[in-house]
Amino acid sequence: MTRRTIISVVAGALIVGLAAWALTRGLERLMTAPAEPTGPDKRPAAEQPAPVRHITATLFYGSQDGQALVPVQREVPFGETPVAQGRQIVQAQLTQPPPSALVAVVPPGSTLRNFYVTERGDAFVDLGPEIVASHPGGSAAELLTVYAIVNAVTANLPAIARVQILVDGKEVDTLAGHVDLRRPLQRNEAFVRQDGTE
Amino acid sequence: MLLTREGRRPVPTILQSGQELVALDDVAKLFQVTVREDTLAGGVTVSYKGRSVVASPDQPMASVNGRLVSLPSAAVRIGNRWYVPVEFLGRALAPIYDVPIELRKPSRLVIVGTLRVPRVTARIDSVGPPTRVTIDIVPAAPGSTSHDGSRVLVRIDADAIDATLPPQGGGLVEQIRTGDQPTVLVVQLRGAGPPNVSTSPIGGGSRMTLDIPAAGTQTTPEPPAPLPAEPAPPPPQLTTPRVALATMVIDPGHGGEESGARGSGGAIEKQLTLDVARRAKTLIETRLGIRVLLTREDDRRVSPDERAAAANNSKADVFISLHANAAFVPSVSGAEVFYLSLDPEMEAARREAQSQSASLPVLGGGWRSIDVIRWDMAQARHVESSAVLAQLLEEELRSRVPLGPRPLQQAPQRVLVGVNMPAALIEMAYLSNAAQARQAASAEFQTGIAQAIYDTVLRFRSHLEAQP
Repeated sequence: MTRRTIISVVAGALIVGLAAWALTRGLERLMTAPAEPTGPDKRPAAEQPAPVRHITATLFYGSQDGQALVPVQREVPFGETPVAQGRQIVQAQLTQPPPSALVAVVPPGSTLRNFYVTERGDAFVDLGPEIVASHPGGSAAELLTVYAIVNAVTANLPAIARVQILVDGKEVDTLAGHVDLRRPLQRNEAFVRQDGTE
Repeated sequence: MLLTREGRRPVPTILQSGQELVALDDVAKLFQVTVREDTLAGGVTVSYKGRSVVASPDQPMASVNGRLVSLPSAAVRIGNRWYVPVEFLGRALAPIYDVPIELRKPSRLVIVGTLRVPRVTARIDSVGPPTRVTIDIVPAAPGSTSHDGSRVLVRIDADAIDATLPPQGGGLVEQIRTGDQPTVLVVQLRGAGPPNVSTSPIGGGSRMTLDIPAAGTQTTPEPPAPLPAEPAPPPPQLTTPRVALATMVIDPGHGGEESGARGSGGAIEKQLTLDVARRAKTLIETRLGIRVLLTREDDRRVSPDERAAAANNSKADVFISLHANAAFVPSVSGAEVFYLSLDPEMEAARREAQSQSASLPVLGGGWRSIDVIRWDMAQARHVESSAVLAQLLEEELRSRVPLGPRPLQQAPQRVLVGVNMPAALIEMAYLSNAAQARQAASAEFQTGIAQAIYDTVLRFRSHLEAQP
């Protein structure tokens, strides 16, 4: 074995070792990063995750007199795809509390199970069963609940013209005995009043 | 009870989960049909002269010569027998049978063949004396009376009668009941003299009025005055004006485990709707002679499709659904009226129904033109009449109860979609408003709503009669 060969072997081994070390560290970081607490004070500025991007979306709440929906501009996490964005919008519609002058029209504790869009452009919003169990009933309340969700999706995602609400993964007649949910619903401006926009 | 030319035969039924069921074995014997279990398809086939009905245990419907008809519940196997809801006879068996089969569920009658079985509704209009008894016969059928001292026998010229009688007597009438013969009514009297009997036509039928004086006064009343004063008592007119509104359905919303909205003081929507429906039924039946059916008579759950089917199968002319409202803000109050809003799919169905009609052969010859529309969108073709009905309801409610912020609205109300007649829904009051919940429990409020429905029906009947 010549001296040149020995140097080549040692250099190759070093390169392989360095590459393996770098790969291991990189993998460790990838594996552990999401689970680590992300307090900004614990990381150097260069390692902070990119701030969550937001979009300004229109959500719908009940007017102070309880008789109409009022569109409200709210920050909602950005979604990479229309489906991801739709999911974020419905999630926000279900969970973000109303501004002080307005009222929630979705029963507290309502959850989103799934959100998907068909090739025809119909969105399906699959809600948890809580929305049925907690709903106060009555046509007026039910219309505001249903169209807050339908309008929130269609107002923010122009490609979606119709929304069908499912409950617990299944098609349902109604949420509380009144509004027909067996077919996708279009955006409805009849229940919207513009005078309370934040 | 099965009514045929040969007479009456009982039809054994059982009750399961609120549904009245009939065994297909019994259907086979009564109607001479063949019943065969289809193990491959998991259902049961009823055949008659080469035509067949397939009932499934999975779906509340049956395939009648390949066409689906809805039933209130699916076929069910109990022990070694198959049962179907009694509605099967009118909806599934009738289309394949060679003589008409009519199920009159409220009267518990199955009429087989072309029998004359008029609906006979008797009521005591005034206790008097003289006590006035009115007997409406629809469709019209000649009748005669005889008096034997303690009772009046009313004989109606028909094969049988479908009688609705007052539960108790009043004034000089102790009781009104059916006689031993199937076409006779017995008016049992107490301390009464012979009645004055007159007959007059009503929409779609004839009316017999019995004015019954007290025992000692029968000789003095007005025998010669009213009757001979007229040129001649008009013979019972069998060619009466067309019936614009003979039957209506009132739909008490919710029921059973589906309570609906609740008020802070304990008011429950399902009870309020039933209470008001009963008041309106009594008012309309006794004063207008219109047959009123309720989609539920007690506290039980009825699906929206069952409500629509009950109305459609009774060939009702009007459907009014009763509900009580709720809001997310307690200050909202007042009654609101809805009729159906059409989505583009329903709008298209409506246009198609208007442009396409089919002709079907009619028993006895001839053809009848019918509109074709999906059964679950039946309301689409009535939406203009429904708007008139809703407008009238809103006007009549306005003078009797407080109205809400949006008194007349269009919305995709589930219960209205499949109703094949003019239809509207009343949200009578907001139970989420404490003062309204208390008000809604009062007899005054409930009577006000019932009276508004009554006046609406009266006006809507005139509207229908004015239609070409």
